[in-house]
Amino acid sequence: MKKIYDSAADALDGLLQDGMLIAAGGFGLCGIPENLIAAIRDAGTKDLTVVSNNAGVDDFGLGLLLQTKQVKKMVSSYVGENDLFMQQYLSGELEIEFNPQGTLAERMRAGGAGIPGFYTKTGVGTQVAEGKEHKDFDGETYVLERGIVADLAIVKAWKADDTGNCIFRKTARNFNPPAAMCGKVCVMEVEEIVPRGSLDPDAIHMPGIYVNRIIQGSHEKRIEQRTTRAA
Amino acid sequence: MAWDRNQMAARAALELEDGMYVNLGIGIPTLVANYVPEGVDVTLQSENGMLGIGPFPTEDEIDADLINAGKQTVTALSRTSYFDSATSFGMIRGGKIALAILGAMEVAENGDLANWMIPGKLVKGMGGAMDLVAGVGRVIVVMDHTNKRGETKLLKECTLPLTGKGVVNQIITNLGVLEVVEGGLRIVECAPDVTEDDIRAATEATIV
Repeated sequence: MKKIYDSAADALDGLLQDGMLIAAGGFGLCGIPENLIAAIRDAGTKDLTVVSNNAGVDDFGLGLLLQTKQVKKMVSSYVGENDLFMQQYLSGELEIEFNPQGTLAERMRAGGAGIPGFYTKTGVGTQVAEGKEHKDFDGETYVLERGIVADLAIVKAWKADDTGNCIFRKTARNFNPPAAMCGKVCVMEVEEIVPRGSLDPDAIHMPGIYVNRIIQGSHEKRIEQRTTRAA
Repeated sequence: MAWDRNQMAARAALELEDGMYVNLGIGIPTLVANYVPEGVDVTLQSENGMLGIGPFPTEDEIDADLINAGKQTVTALSRTSYFDSATSFGMIRGGKIALAILGAMEVAENGDLANWMIPGKLVKGMGGAMDLVAGVGRVIVVMDHTNKRGETKLLKECTLPLTGKGVVNQIITNLGVLEVVEGGLRIVECAPDVTEDDIRAATEATIV
């Protein structure tokens, strides 16, 4: 078993195709696969549909793929921090499908867990439920949402061993596990690759079965809203 | 005297009960954390994957891996736990969060809530708001009674696209506190020097 690759470009070699569906981990700029996004930009893969809670900012994260117009469609819950996104959306260059954040997370988790659809109360009676199957359970109405299976998942963890067993750090976990689960192939970047046996099996956040390729990268970890209190 | 932002947040904090798990939205709801009553121990949830939100960090404590749902840097507490987004919304959808306090553009007399988009204007997305209002036990809206043009935000029917249908339980505005009940809204409390007639005059929704 060889999952470790030397660089993001190596790890993505042979996996990228125009028009593919990519699921990306991260919340805002927290816990995003910075190195893999940059490598997809450099590869020039286009007409992408990207499933990600957010769309980065103008010059960082998924915003890099918007700059180069590689993204055809975003499936997201909130895109407010990206002016470039708004320009491309308003000019019709970019499609957006808004999903409620929890529905988006569950669509990824379900897709990865072999569940093609699930019923949820979220969005019933709103635009997001229009045209979807409704069903009553115990006197309440639910709407059917589909699981997502992505051609490729790109995620970021804190530490992993060479089999892909990994741990995340603080709120940088967010969408990374569900995104990893829903990929037919998952490439993960980490801050540190650690020897087998150095992670406590009881403390592993995501088992390596969900991870196909791993790289160690360096991370800028840009902060969107730097809020502080007096010392 | 109508309440200001901080007074509205302080009033909302009186709705907190000991032991509650609570989700606070962005804006005035965030300020509620500053007014948790003495002896009431609540745990704040951040839907990006955290229970037990601490105060903003000092300059030295800033950690890019530790943010709230508003993408602001925060700190952890001794009780804090972290989890992924699917687990986070599992606890929201599953009714484990007792209370959500959030802002709104419009609320209707049947508890319909609109707070995510204005047709024809830039749409940023609903984030986790639809999941929260659908799943959380009790939903309190904290907002100004009227909009910038002086028009009431408490309507018979929402004019904007909905975030949730029949989901709001209580509304705290600068003028007072109203509960969503059978047939309309019931005035629970008026801000100092505000009368029930003042509230009626500023409200389109049926007051019962």
